[in-house]
Amino acid sequence: MNSDMIVSVSPHYHKAGATTQRVMLDVIIALIPALIASCLIFGVRSLLLVAVSAANCVLLEWVWNKLMKKPDTVSDLSAVVTGMLLAFNVPATMPIWQLIVGDFIAIIIVKMLFGGLGCNFVNPALVGRVAMMLSFTSNMTNYGTAAAKVDVLSSATPLAAMGNLNFSHFMTLFLGRHGGVLGETCALALLIGGVYLCVRQVIKPTIPCIYIGSVLVFTFLFSGFNGTQAVLSVFSGGLMLGAIFMATDYVTSPLTFKGQLIYALGCGFLTTMIRLFANSAEGVSFAILLMNLLVPYINNGTKTKPLGGVNA
Amino acid sequence: MKRKMQILLNGIFKENPVLILVLGCCSALAISVTVLGSLGMGAALTFVLVGSNIVISALRKVIPDKVRIPCYIIVVATFVTLVQMVVEAYVPTLHKSLGIFLPLIVVNCIVLGRAEMFANKNTIGDALFDGIGMGIGYTMVLTAMAIVRELFGAGSLFGKQIIPEEYTVRILAQTPGGFFMFGLVMAILVWGLAKHGKKFEPKMGCDGDCGGCGSADNCSEKEAKNV
Repeated sequence: MNSDMIVSVSPHYHKAGATTQRVMLDVIIALIPALIASCLIFGVRSLLLVAVSAANCVLLEWVWNKLMKKPDTVSDLSAVVTGMLLAFNVPATMPIWQLIVGDFIAIIIVKMLFGGLGCNFVNPALVGRVAMMLSFTSNMTNYGTAAAKVDVLSSATPLAAMGNLNFSHFMTLFLGRHGGVLGETCALALLIGGVYLCVRQVIKPTIPCIYIGSVLVFTFLFSGFNGTQAVLSVFSGGLMLGAIFMATDYVTSPLTFKGQLIYALGCGFLTTMIRLFANSAEGVSFAILLMNLLVPYINNGTKTKPLGGVNA
Repeated sequence: MKRKMQILLNGIFKENPVLILVLGCCSALAISVTVLGSLGMGAALTFVLVGSNIVISALRKVIPDKVRIPCYIIVVATFVTLVQMVVEAYVPTLHKSLGIFLPLIVVNCIVLGRAEMFANKNTIGDALFDGIGMGIGYTMVLTAMAIVRELFGAGSLFGKQIIPEEYTVRILAQTPGGFFMFGLVMAILVWGLAKHGKKFEPKMGCDGDCGGCGSADNCSEKEAKNV
């Protein structure tokens, strides 16, 4: 992406040295705590999966650009981020060839066919995840049977079995010592990454905060004022991962504050509805994808009026 | 003869019914799960299309404009009933796998679309070749989609298992996979046409000639187009 041609609403603000490469590097750094956590929780195989996925995404993008005689875009590191995020969305037992199929769908079909970075209309990693979920359902939901260094709850994920909340349960959940996909279990590591991204001004806290907050509120309201379930719903499933790293994708999130508010509230509402009432335990990926599709309309509807401009 | 060839090729590439005119997508997405089903559906549609094109073209001076759509439906339904009976009698397995989509050819957009856009304005010979071209175009798209979807989605080809079930990508055999393949095949055709210098410009029903158009009386764009 040509860094001189960023489209945004005023006030235009350009941070010195903010290249695509630097931004993506920051995201990779922010993902490292979660990577370490997944390594501790699920064993070394998670490291292997992340490495294979990232390398495969880079390779696919490089091959595509070569075949299509397009300028090489591998050095912007966005493929590495997609690969890492995708690997974070599979359980540690996932067969590697199935992860590679997911990479192919994310990079070639969702990203490169639509013109590469900045032109994709939905988040590539999420489509890869959903495609794998629909194709390899049993492998994608085979949580927590990996050779783990710590005791892993081999029961259903907390989202599927919400019990009484006490402090030790909560800590288990917060530290991610339970079954799930690689990157989503350890809320602490994800939060560290999120704070780093905010400090580095890579993302604004608007979308993650509203998204997570709205899930808390909506779950409380729609589960019959069940505070325990509301708190659990925030720390379980892919909510943290989705809210911090996926819903905030520049290309597929709205530009203005008002737009981001609508977008994040929509994500929160849909996530809660799918979790509580639909035939699926997890709703984060579908909710973000659906709101991704609405982003152009949200952007259109929330254009800022120029100062002194006349009502249109 | 050159004109006839042009009409035939138009149906396959430049005006491909599924990919360029975007007609008949419902059956294309639903049927393209298996190669055999696609070929069967393609053959059935081609037969109906050729038959209805010829009859409608022959009757184009007889059918009054105001009731032409019901007339088309009756002609099309006749041919569909024929096909349905033949398929049910001789290839019951195909009849079962096509299910509701066989009788639904009656209201298939391609058949009605070609009747309205082409057959009722052209000679019988031209309409015949248009029907064949459109039929081949439809069958080719369905088969291309089905080969990928059946091979990688179900691991089989022509119903024979080639790839073991645990190594299949099931999404391809499901509805989303149909949309994936539909988009991909469409992109490949448009890309190919662009490479050969053919501008991608879908020609829809109206060519701006209101004088020769049967629907001019009821057309909301009559004033705009008739400059």
